[in-house]
Amino acid sequence: MSAAESEVLVEALSDPSSTAQFDDPHWEVLVQRARASNLLGVLAERFAARSLLDAVPPAPRAHLVAARVRAHAQAKATMRELRAIARALADVETPVILLKGAAYLCAGLPVARGRVFSDVDILVPKARLAEVEAALMLSGYVTSHPHPYDQRYYRQWMHELPPMQHLQRQTALDVHHALVPETSRMRPDSNLLIADAAALPVESRQDLAAGQPDVPIRFAVLSPTDMAIHCATHLFCDEDFSHATRDLVDFDALARHFAATEPGFWTTLIPRARTLQLARPLSYAIHWSSRVHRTPVPPEVLRDARRDAAPFPIRQAMNALLGPALRPTRGRASTRWARRALYIRGHWLKMPPHLLAWHLTVKALRREEEAPPANDADGDRA
Amino acid sequence: MGPIVTSIRSPMPAVIDGIGFHYAAHETPDADAFADFHVQIGWPPGVRRFIRPTATFRVDETTAFEPLPANQGFPLLEWGMNWCIAAHCDQYLILHSAVVERNGCALLLPAPPGSGKSTLCAALVARGWRLLSDELALIDIDQLVVTPIPRPISLKNAAIDVIRTFWPEAAIGPVVRGTLKGSVAHVRPPASSVERQRESVRARWIVLPKYAEGAPTTLSTITRGTALMRLVDSAFNYTVHGRRGFETLAAVVEGAACCDFRYGGDLDAAVKALETLTSEG
Repeated sequence: MSAAESEVLVEALSDPSSTAQFDDPHWEVLVQRARASNLLGVLAERFAARSLLDAVPPAPRAHLVAARVRAHAQAKATMRELRAIARALADVETPVILLKGAAYLCAGLPVARGRVFSDVDILVPKARLAEVEAALMLSGYVTSHPHPYDQRYYRQWMHELPPMQHLQRQTALDVHHALVPETSRMRPDSNLLIADAAALPVESRQDLAAGQPDVPIRFAVLSPTDMAIHCATHLFCDEDFSHATRDLVDFDALARHFAATEPGFWTTLIPRARTLQLARPLSYAIHWSSRVHRTPVPPEVLRDARRDAAPFPIRQAMNALLGPALRPTRGRASTRWARRALYIRGHWLKMPPHLLAWHLTVKALRREEEAPPANDADGDRA
Repeated sequence: MGPIVTSIRSPMPAVIDGIGFHYAAHETPDADAFADFHVQIGWPPGVRRFIRPTATFRVDETTAFEPLPANQGFPLLEWGMNWCIAAHCDQYLILHSAVVERNGCALLLPAPPGSGKSTLCAALVARGWRLLSDELALIDIDQLVVTPIPRPISLKNAAIDVIRTFWPEAAIGPVVRGTLKGSVAHVRPPASSVERQRESVRARWIVLPKYAEGAPTTLSTITRGTALMRLVDSAFNYTVHGRRGFETLAAVVEGAACCDFRYGGDLDAAVKALETLTSEG
């Protein structure tokens, strides 16, 4: 595959009119890449924003139309879910910070347009975790990981409760108390994040209060700098790089938007990341976003970010892995191997070696004893 | 098939032969044409192929389901393609329903698995009805028509021999035993149905089939409201479409006669009852 073909998704996202001369094989690569990276909805909205959907040939257009329908439905479903979470937490007087997809949506950010995600993520102060969990359980959320080992793994070592799922609605909810695991070497202080959190825009508050005027809406979102830093952290510290392409698109969109709307965004970003002990992942994000998406990062910020980069030879090794890992396809062996290597690195970041050895042993033994789940291949939605 | 182009790659003889047998009448687009889905049915990696031969289904470079025993390659392909459409083609409102056509109007047979909709569908096709689909009704939301996607009809267990007896000329592929649904065999779609796969039609009759062994054939009118609720239950992506989903299904039942249909083993009587229904003005 030529270098140009591997760039089609990035090009089409930044400038949908670049597809004007596309033939069928190009469209096919574009749709396939976008779908594999969970970016079909985002791509569709970028075409729609420039009124270019009608210029797309019918076959690929059908996929963009379908993705818009799905993304639109998900945005509505997420607002409905957030109304239910607000009801569940009505009597718990605590700030509730929305993270990632739900936050982008409620903050009305351009990055939310067409973006689909699988669960709602919230962050609450660690001291209030027990109350929040109890209130959520009373309203029908139960843990989706009942195995005792998983319970201990999350409660003792992770930065979140074991994932929860609503009994009737089957919706997934992750309740965090920090941005990175307890066992990680980086220790961002959640109190700083909560102290700086931003209120939701009036329209979102009204939407969330619709039909339930007595329910207090305590949701907030991270400040613009913290939101960008969290996006970078999620992208570069997680062990799972299958969503890396999408996360980098998120970072680019957040940075462009905040650079235009928040005075001083670029000058405060790196100092804030250093305070939060998250300068390293931000440094990767700035480097790769400007390289892949040509994010207009001021030159002095690019230079400053380099100071937080990993030392030789780790930096060279990481960049050699990240190039292929960020590609929007698993088709190439280099991408698969890079993601595997980063999976191991992610675990390394997550826990000290003795815990990691223990965790992997338990996981391996459990895989042996658990039969694979039965599956229904009859066209039912997963 | 129909509006969908699928690129399929597989080294497995059963899959290749299955495609050759069942899709003989379908067009093969140019290699350069836009393919909606890239599907691979393959062996497991490495030596596992020889220890425990399985078939894996991959779409867009990821494995979508747990692998099945290797002899189930062709049914896996069919189920996998159903999944691709049901999970991705939200430009349509999709019902779990068989669709056949007579005199320019469509008959929808929406039903959960085990209701005998595929058997009934095969029986109607045997008597000259056009096959639009035995599994998926793709409803075009703007035009309110059903888009055909004629593919092999999937028969299970006893239905295989029932159709062999009822329709001796049917082109039935090999019986695959021991699947999650028991024994499975597919009937090749008639060439005449495949030729007309671009002709969408409006639904004029909605019949909710229920097979009960030995039951007499009874057709009873139901209210449009009841029919609407049953269509909602059988839809794969009703909630995705929100208000438009409701409006679309409401418009579909508005333009159709709606019936409950119970039938037993007597396929002749069943087909006759449906022919009578669809011959009335």
